[in-house]
Amino acid sequence: MKLSEFWLREWVNPDLTINDIANQITMAGLEVDAVEPVASEFSGVVVGEIIAIEQHPDADKLRVCQVAGNGSETLQVVCGAPNARPGIKIPFATVGAILPENVKIKKAKLRGVESFGMLCAQTELQLGEDNDGLWELPADATTGQDLREYLSLNDTCLDIDLTPNRGDCLSVKGVARDIGVLNRLQVTQPNIPVAQVISDESLSITLTEPDMCPRYIGRIIRNVDLSHPTPLWMQERLRRAGVGSKDIVVDTTNYVLLELGQPMHAFDLDKLSGGITVRKARVKEVIALLNGQSVELDDQTLVIADDSAAVAIAGIMGGSETAVGSETRNIFLESAFFSPVAIAGRARSYGLHTDSSHRFERGVDYRLQEQAIERATQLITKIAGGDVSIMTVAEESHELLAERSVTLRRAYIERGLGFAMDDGEVLDILERLGLEKLSGNDQGWTFNIPSYRFDINIEADLLEELARIYGYNRLPTSNLLMSVELPDKTESTLDIRNLLQQLVARDYREAVCYSFVDPKLQQCFDPELTPIALKNPISSDMAVMRTSLWPGLIQALRHNLNRQHTRVRLFETGLRFLLNPGGSLEDLVQEPVVAGLLYGARNDESWLGNDDKVDFYDLKGDIESLLELSGQGDAFGFVASTHPALHSGQTADITYGGRVIGTLGALHPRLQQKFSLPQPVYLFEISQEAILQAKRPIFKELSRFPEVRRDLAVIVDQTVSVADLEAKTLEVAGESLVNLKVFDVYIGKSIDSHRKSVALGLTFQHLSRTLTDKEINTAVERVIDALKTTYEAVLR
Amino acid sequence: MENLQALTDEALALVNTAEELSVLEQVRVDYLGKKGQLTALLKTLNKLSHEERPAAGAKINAAKSQVQETIQLKKETLEAEAINQKLASETIDVTLAGRSNRSGHLHPVTKTLQRIEDIFTAVGYTVAQGPEIEDDYHNFEALNIPAHHPARAMHDTFYVDDTHVLRTHTSPVQIRTMEHQEPPIRVICPGRVYRCDSDLTHTPMFHQVEGLVVDKGISFADLKGTIDQFLKRFFELDAPVRFRPSYFPFTEPSAEFDIQCSNCKGSGCRVCKNTSWIEVGGCGVVHPNVLTASGVNPEIYSGFAFGVGVERLAMMRYGVNDLRLFFDNDLKFLEQF
Repeated sequence: MKLSEFWLREWVNPDLTINDIANQITMAGLEVDAVEPVASEFSGVVVGEIIAIEQHPDADKLRVCQVAGNGSETLQVVCGAPNARPGIKIPFATVGAILPENVKIKKAKLRGVESFGMLCAQTELQLGEDNDGLWELPADATTGQDLREYLSLNDTCLDIDLTPNRGDCLSVKGVARDIGVLNRLQVTQPNIPVAQVISDESLSITLTEPDMCPRYIGRIIRNVDLSHPTPLWMQERLRRAGVGSKDIVVDTTNYVLLELGQPMHAFDLDKLSGGITVRKARVKEVIALLNGQSVELDDQTLVIADDSAAVAIAGIMGGSETAVGSETRNIFLESAFFSPVAIAGRARSYGLHTDSSHRFERGVDYRLQEQAIERATQLITKIAGGDVSIMTVAEESHELLAERSVTLRRAYIERGLGFAMDDGEVLDILERLGLEKLSGNDQGWTFNIPSYRFDINIEADLLEELARIYGYNRLPTSNLLMSVELPDKTESTLDIRNLLQQLVARDYREAVCYSFVDPKLQQCFDPELTPIALKNPISSDMAVMRTSLWPGLIQALRHNLNRQHTRVRLFETGLRFLLNPGGSLEDLVQEPVVAGLLYGARNDESWLGNDDKVDFYDLKGDIESLLELSGQGDAFGFVASTHPALHSGQTADITYGGRVIGTLGALHPRLQQKFSLPQPVYLFEISQEAILQAKRPIFKELSRFPEVRRDLAVIVDQTVSVADLEAKTLEVAGESLVNLKVFDVYIGKSIDSHRKSVALGLTFQHLSRTLTDKEINTAVERVIDALKTTYEAVLR
Repeated sequence: MENLQALTDEALALVNTAEELSVLEQVRVDYLGKKGQLTALLKTLNKLSHEERPAAGAKINAAKSQVQETIQLKKETLEAEAINQKLASETIDVTLAGRSNRSGHLHPVTKTLQRIEDIFTAVGYTVAQGPEIEDDYHNFEALNIPAHHPARAMHDTFYVDDTHVLRTHTSPVQIRTMEHQEPPIRVICPGRVYRCDSDLTHTPMFHQVEGLVVDKGISFADLKGTIDQFLKRFFELDAPVRFRPSYFPFTEPSAEFDIQCSNCKGSGCRVCKNTSWIEVGGCGVVHPNVLTASGVNPEIYSGFAFGVGVERLAMMRYGVNDLRLFFDNDLKFLEQF
């Protein structure tokens, strides 16, 4: 909310600079975003008056004006404005004046005629949008007066960013009230007399929804002369608050809203038929609004209606049919109280947000309506005349309009703020804020809450008021005292940090990708899954929740390839979002996973000259290193598998206790091509829950007896997996086999093209004695036989 | 005996000219070995008289010792030369890069989160997590933000359906913690949050850390102390911290907290927009309605909560000047942390 400093100082004028006031109210919870001058820098501009005018002898579009205002003499100024004419008063930039943007006004000759200064349009002074011609000042402006002084342009504008609880401060009156409290100053209200009523004409007012509107006040004023322009002082105050000027009636309602905080509305009385009813909209009732929009209302919306139709959306915006216009002579003023609950969310549901809805949503003082309508009556009749009728007050007795009180306990203050505030201080602060002490005892006090403080309902709210006015930074600061209990420290799960650290140690960079992705990209990775879509995505390429971390990682890869990187190793941790088939959001799965990507050279480019590219086994090695952190690497397995986004011959599922917990593999060549990736990409994704399981190590006896190693090379079909050979070997070799290594796999010359040679290294050792050759030979024979029988293995 | 000197000189000459260890060994065998020439002289002693023998024997032994020592010295010299030669031939350029790959990097957001977690867990806070697709109740209702409350306009919410949102803050984890845990509660809740807003200074996803303490007798003073200490520890800076009244529906009293601008030390500059202060986060005493909604009796317990933006802290700490860099995943950015 923007407010003029001069306006505010008319209400309350502490002996502080505007910056000090801004700082003071910021520290009391009314955050000032900016303190800005209301006008650009300029000087040497006075109120000028065109005394005489004649055509320029050598230019059709220029005229030569004689202008009064600069001292006692009349000066000659050449001017091209179409509205220049004798008798009007205009801003006159005299020789030596400096206009905004540092434009210097000098004596000049235009087509041979001397000109001593410049006559200005609004835009040239940056004081308005009007660029059609000279800015015509009111006839009663004092010729020769400095324009800045005349328009009070040395004012500043406070831009206050109010929090939603402080609806009471959405006016000059409200801000002045808080400044008064902070500086212990009286606030001066303008004198608002009760209007001279000359008629008892009124409209009937019916309130059908007291929960939404328990009070509505109306008044008829006839014979208002809208040809009277809004006085400049009012226009300027509105402009400084960011409100444009329209006509005296509309401007006055806006002025009262800014001054007192009461939103008002004025109807053209002659366009209303019958009385006023405040009711809920009828189903599919349509209203054409002041902003040109036509909306279909829902039946929970409160409207103001005459006998034929809705004429305004209550507290939000008036209708165009009954609006005040230049032809209007007779008006009906509305000053009502609509409950916050009735207005909240309504404006937004119609795509509207108005100064009025903004205030009603936050709470308008429910005792303000009469004062506001008297203020509006005073201003309109003073400026535009009119015959004032009686005020019609419609009111339903309702708890919304009832007195409210809150009890505050001394002990509560001490517990909440950490110190016992002096009684005198407590009462002083709260009474300055307008709370009225109803009673007090040795426990505390009960206060009546002022009608404008919608945010004070419970004891904690009073505590905040005390803290805020006392000063947050004056309040004590203490060390939190905690009872200490030693924490659990399990060895059955790993900290996620272990995983991160391991991946970092293996040369991965951690990425953070958006959790929402492009549905088309996601479709490439999980075509069989229906992702969770956002109702209001920020853009079409961030529209669905990711079912995998791969789309984000691929995007990050492409980002880096486009920036000349050729070696990329990334990982990310985070949630993937999965709907159960046919399931609802109630049982959706938000699963923490770790995922990664390898691309390009195995090693950083170096003098060692190894520029081999990464392959499946690089990635698998990195994953195995992660699995080993658990202390139970054996519990995990790798099983050949398929995945829509991966190479059908280079994909494996990672299993834990037989359950699939992740997948790794090469990106499908089709996708590699689609994403224009010059090299293959290797990807993995694993559930964190399984990978973070850990096993406490249990010591096994060390053998003091020698190890014996036997190597076997067997030839088997290429379809036989090494894992199968290993499993069979472990199964039959006996318990003396303590280590098994595959140390060579060969496919090529001297071997049948469908077959491969696998070299197994078997290490035997016994815990309590030296093994005999015979024992070892028997074990090896068992292995050879088993491999032969099961896999048609042949010794090489 | 008369050729003792000659033999000795002969042996010493051979030792001195020897170039290899094998030659030395041959000299030793030839002169000092069991069948060596000097050893053989000892066998001639029995031809001497009983009186002559001791002196002659001593002379021979002395000669043997002399040769033995000379061989030893020469041997050491040759061995040293051999090692020196080996060293010279094996000398490499130690300034060339090592063979293994270098280390990777944690994301600055993770680095910052870990720092925050470490500071708090060291004194007994635990880390709590919650879902990112959150229901309306936990994200809003339970936090004292009913439907159509103007405060909802402060959150540009992503909706999944009418009752589910992407959480707009980490505060719902407060509620979930209180629902499942009896006081005393001391948790911090780090994680991703989402707002439907994207421009130079906003990304539609960012990270927050929420802190919650609920116990008997927790006051605003404890909150102030905690925030003050946290900021000083986090920034490793003894800078002033201030609290400004603010509004969050789930705390009362509520505050925003600022740290003095480290760029200008409070004298006003472009970084702090001449305010001398940098806004860091929001906090407050937990609203009684929030405690009640989560099954905690506000007449017995009280608590405080605070929240900070992680990217914002990372930007301040590491001098990052563009929020969007955190989500571009550019290697040149990631490798700086």
